[in-house]
Amino acid sequence: MIDFTMPSLGADMEAATLMAWKIAPGDTVHRGDVVAEVETDKGLIEIEVFHHGVVEELVAHIGQKLPVGAVLARLRETAPATTTPAPPAALPTTTPPAPVAAAPAPAPPADSPATSAASSTVPPAPAATHTRVSPLARKVAATLGIDLATVTGSGPGGAIERADVERAAAHAAAASASPQAADPASPATATTPAAAPDLSADHPDAATAMRRAIAAAVSKSNREIPHYHLATRIDMTRARAWLEAENARRPITDRLLPAAVLLAAVARALKDHPDLNAAWIGDSLVRRDAVHINFAIATRHGGLISPAVLDVQSKSVDAIMTALNDLIPRAKAGRLRSSELSEGTITVTSLGDLGVETVFGVIYPPQVALIGFGRLSEEPWAENGGLFVRPVIHATLAGDHRATDGRTGARFLESLNRLLQHPESL
Amino acid sequence: MNDRSLTYREAVREAIREALQRDPRVFLMGEDVGHYGGCFAVTRGLLEEFGPDRIRDTPLAESAFVGAGIGAALGGLRPIVEIMTCNFSLLAADQIMNTAATLLHMSGGQFNVPLVIRMATGGGKQLAAQHSHSLEGWYAHIPGLRILTPATITDARGMLGAALACPDPVLLFENQTLYNMEGTLPDPPPAVDLDSARIMRPGRHLSLLTYGASLWKCLAAAEQLATEGIEAEVVDLRTLRPLDDATLMDSVARTHRVLIVDEGWRSGGISAEISARIMEQRFYDLERPVARLCTAEVPIPYAQHLEEAALPQAGTIAATARTLVSTHD
Repeated sequence: MIDFTMPSLGADMEAATLMAWKIAPGDTVHRGDVVAEVETDKGLIEIEVFHHGVVEELVAHIGQKLPVGAVLARLRETAPATTTPAPPAALPTTTPPAPVAAAPAPAPPADSPATSAASSTVPPAPAATHTRVSPLARKVAATLGIDLATVTGSGPGGAIERADVERAAAHAAAASASPQAADPASPATATTPAAAPDLSADHPDAATAMRRAIAAAVSKSNREIPHYHLATRIDMTRARAWLEAENARRPITDRLLPAAVLLAAVARALKDHPDLNAAWIGDSLVRRDAVHINFAIATRHGGLISPAVLDVQSKSVDAIMTALNDLIPRAKAGRLRSSELSEGTITVTSLGDLGVETVFGVIYPPQVALIGFGRLSEEPWAENGGLFVRPVIHATLAGDHRATDGRTGARFLESLNRLLQHPESL
Repeated sequence: MNDRSLTYREAVREAIREALQRDPRVFLMGEDVGHYGGCFAVTRGLLEEFGPDRIRDTPLAESAFVGAGIGAALGGLRPIVEIMTCNFSLLAADQIMNTAATLLHMSGGQFNVPLVIRMATGGGKQLAAQHSHSLEGWYAHIPGLRILTPATITDARGMLGAALACPDPVLLFENQTLYNMEGTLPDPPPAVDLDSARIMRPGRHLSLLTYGASLWKCLAAAEQLATEGIEAEVVDLRTLRPLDDATLMDSVARTHRVLIVDEGWRSGGISAEISARIMEQRFYDLERPVARLCTAEVPIPYAQHLEEAALPQAGTIAATARTLVSTHD
């Protein structure tokens, strides 16, 4: 029997309210099926199941507010219909039902941060003094992105246990929910992918809750991530010409936005600089094979939400455009899927349509990089002894200095520039 | 369907009677099972009902009558052999291990041994060291045997029939302190399986994994712990070989803290085996090291207070459980 539990849709999420079931007892579900809708600080989210199985029992009730890790339903496992990644080795079938404290124990897909952390990169204790940490606490700390060195243990001999990690996480979240992060005009805030939901009238607290969610994420980022920032100007003459030529011969419905080209270029460049498509968990860098790009989208009510465009590394420019066409209306309507909110491996913030020239981003933990694009504008451009007017975009990189050095970031931006000079090859 | 009340002893007797009625190949033999009605009065009245061909008193010669049971099983019968207590089964250990458990293998699959051996096990009745040990964990070491430990009225009633249907040797360990236990049984009695452990009481703070008479001590301990806000999950292993890993590991994954309660001795016992499996399969779900509460490593004492002190009790189970969930600064 598998417990299907409330997933963690971000390190800052503690609980969500069950709004609708999409399944009934006896239904067969497959990995990736949307099984329920939950209301979080980030809006109405469709959550997916990570197992194949038959629904035995719906445990949670509509309207119930449940902590991360709480059991929503029970499944009887069946063999997967196709070859899919096995569920995490350390946590194959179950997660704790409604534990003593709210226990973040998501059952993430095999390539998500939590899994990699649990199965391959349990952070080693410092060599000199071996800290006593329960295996469960290590796993939970990896999931929550909590540095065990910051946690005080309450178990036997000062051992760190799950409750200690959760206390530390709650403390960090509370400490970060402070007003200075809540200025929507600040570019730093605007670039955070921690999302903003649709704010509807019947949720008077939603704005506050959304602000708190953003505040927790950016505060954690600024508190823990030593950022470095790099900026470069990219000549977009060729990219713009290519886009114009492409769009001229396409029906309106198939036209490409510059964003699709930029995302494609980012994904291709990451192939040569995989350390930027990664997570910093505990004390180590965990690279991700798939490139899931969090991409900021303005919602109808003026908020900002950053769902992930999944698997950009294997998508053509057209496929990226198709994905954006699917994603943008759903993001605006507040109907996103859990994987789109929890699985991003890097963030791209493009504030060009707001007239911003340069973006100085705040990294979304546990990611290690954020790429910013400003507006595409004509600028004086000196080249080969001549002065020209060219369409130029300011590309920036905010990097986690624990994970990479400026040299890595610089080479990435160089690759990005080179790729955008050959848009036809993207 | 009505529930009716009966004792564990009556449940076992009904199971034997039903087996004798259903299948003419079934017969019972053992020391004092006939005229005396069984050392624990389980078989009282069966000789009169079924006659001396099917209820056979044997000499005090365990090796001989277990060997005869193996021969009868090979010859097409379905013997139920009763060994008065598992302590005396050691006299037949060669027959059980070297013959019953190995013959299918050594005959290249030609001869299976559909033999059921019932024996009393456990301490707590002031019967002293030679009558009070718990050897089911020993036998669970042996491939080729199935080891059952019925703890409930339902299993006392249902496991024998299922064991007789099993093509290979099955050892049933009936804890002698349970024979007088009363309980209810649905009518008709439900069929039981021989493969699964059962969650007797759900809980979320720790798992008490146990079997046999200790099950009831664990349930009493869980009741006490509940008044203190500690929710213990109590799992009845039911079958020691093969162990139902899935149920045990699921429980561990839910509660993260484990106490195994086992009336056998600690060193090399079934609780050591379960602990090792948890380490192998659920290490990353553990909050504390797996704890074991077993019988003190002494021959079971005769004196009542010493015997009580030697065996796991509800009080010591609850006390150990508290240390597993407490925090220390």
